[in-house]
Amino acid sequence: MPTSWPVIVKTEIQRSNANLADYQSECERFTWDDARKLLSYLPGGSLNICHEAVDRHVEHGQGSNFALRWLGRKGDTRNFTYSDLQAETSRFANVLAAHGIERNDSVFSLLGRVPELYIAALGTLKHGSAYSPLFSAFGPEPVRMRMEIGRSAALVTTKSLYKRKVEAWRNELPTLKCVFLIDAHGEDLPDGTIDLASEMERRPETFETVETRPEDRALIHFTSGTTGRPKGALHVHEAVVAHAVTARFALDLRQGDIFWCTADPGWVTGTSYGIIAPLVLGATMIVDEGEYDAERWYEILKEQKVNVWYTAPTAIRMLMKYGEEHVRSREFAHLRFMASVGEPLNPEAVMWSMRAFGMPFHDNWWQTETGGIMIANFAAEDVKPGSMGRPLPGIEAGIVERQDGAVREITEENRPGELALKVGWPSMMRGYLNEEERYRKCFAGEWYLTGDLAYRDGDGYFWFVGRADDLIKSSGHLIGPFEVESALIEHEAVAEAAVIGLPDETAGETVKAYVVLNPGFVESEALVRDIMAHARKRLGPAVAPRMIEPCKTLPHTRSGKVMRRLLKARELGLPEGDTSTLESDK
Amino acid sequence: MTQEQSEDLVKRILFQVAPELEGEDVDPDEPFREQFEIDSMDFLNLVIGLNKETGIEIPEEDYPKLETLSGCVAYLNQRKGQT
Repeated sequence: MPTSWPVIVKTEIQRSNANLADYQSECERFTWDDARKLLSYLPGGSLNICHEAVDRHVEHGQGSNFALRWLGRKGDTRNFTYSDLQAETSRFANVLAAHGIERNDSVFSLLGRVPELYIAALGTLKHGSAYSPLFSAFGPEPVRMRMEIGRSAALVTTKSLYKRKVEAWRNELPTLKCVFLIDAHGEDLPDGTIDLASEMERRPETFETVETRPEDRALIHFTSGTTGRPKGALHVHEAVVAHAVTARFALDLRQGDIFWCTADPGWVTGTSYGIIAPLVLGATMIVDEGEYDAERWYEILKEQKVNVWYTAPTAIRMLMKYGEEHVRSREFAHLRFMASVGEPLNPEAVMWSMRAFGMPFHDNWWQTETGGIMIANFAAEDVKPGSMGRPLPGIEAGIVERQDGAVREITEENRPGELALKVGWPSMMRGYLNEEERYRKCFAGEWYLTGDLAYRDGDGYFWFVGRADDLIKSSGHLIGPFEVESALIEHEAVAEAAVIGLPDETAGETVKAYVVLNPGFVESEALVRDIMAHARKRLGPAVAPRMIEPCKTLPHTRSGKVMRRLLKARELGLPEGDTSTLESDK
Repeated sequence: MTQEQSEDLVKRILFQVAPELEGEDVDPDEPFREQFEIDSMDFLNLVIGLNKETGIEIPEEDYPKLETLSGCVAYLNQRKGQT
């Protein structure tokens, strides 16, 4: 399946200036033990992400460098040096300790991109508890489900998000000891919540970073499953080794760079590369509170003198629609490297970036479970538009075929199979919370099975083919159909639901639901809207279906499972494939 | 189209995209995305809806003008006047 797009060849200067100047020899030389030497560690081999990201820079005399530049929605800005972050994260850790939050407890945040989120994330790690970010556009149901699975002991949020998404069920979550609000004081404070700002003010700005072990729990990131509840992927403090190395290699990031990762920390990219990696490497992070807006984004790139930019295909496609001339009429003198993640970046977008910016977007691939970038197009290496690139040094990727519980590696070029990774890198998840069985199913022998279908070409570049399961990728977010279906059938009119992803030129995929109505309900536009309203309220706009179609029945397997694959094939006019397990659907 | 008709049209399309907002008061000057829980895909669908209903071509660079109800109304009326 060779591509017809031209290969983007790098110049000698581009090659020699890159962090990873010689891919082949670095792959041969690289060991994770060497990579660990990039970090400072605490006495006795202890390792704490916050120490690596913040405190050690202050100890090394770089406290006055800027760590975080926050751009408010309304044009206000706030700057934090590494010393500022050290003080603020210490205060936050002291607040947690004062309120009885213990080491290994889980601290959640439900916040937009505000400075408090970054302080809470790093302060939690400093305190030795595990941090889990929730996307602020989630509806109450996804929030509750994730806090239940993660046994949340504390939540940091705003008054409005608390009122709308948490207050109603808060007392049903017995593990939840404290709710901290970042924007409510005095009489304004709802019952049972704590004014975080006043608390922070009262606490000292020093805190002895907890000497966590490399294998101690640090981060919980939720990801969707095809069936069942969302999965809480657990990562440990040692993940920071991979965050640092992969950002150096795959994002070409260095100390002193101005770095802008547009991902929200509610998703794994926004934490691994939107909080941890840039700070560990001593860069300055740009954090924009606002939502996507082409003009605003170009102004940020220019005015903030961004050197390295990490964004996502949905945004890139919107920028393409906005027009190449808006890029060409500006000068981005400081921009050195651009990367994309979240879903495969289409070759047209790579070619567009060449015309518009004079440099390509470098697509890369990884998952919540892998904790960091695994496969990438590199600064010094040729880019094949449409390809996710090649494995990072220290990562071994392969294409495999599942056969009766075992796997066989496919070594032929260009033959699709399941993308798999040899286990053993530091940021690999250490488990799904309370789901040993589902965790074990991700592995076969020495391989971690990604659930993505891909092939490898003769030059060792990997190409994405599709998902092996029914998961939907919309605007870079992985959506589990089961979670959406469960919310739909809570509506009194819905007897059964099936949810699929349909191709969408901007979002990659968009969520569509089929619903079978309960007896006594008549199909109407008003009813469909009512179901849509219900789903959006429960799930939030990022997860809820954008289209709902009532139907008489759904296709089932003989064992009673809905055949989402068949619905999708019918919707797209594709061959229906193997329907031997189909029960009936007429 | 009168001011009121334009306003009703915009609200109708907004409520199609986000039916849970039906019956809510819309502050004419606060951006939709700050007032309500809607995301960038919702906003895009609102723009597409406005285009379908009115036939007015809306280029991407005009999107920022459509972030509020009053912005949408002004924009539609101005563009209607041009055609």
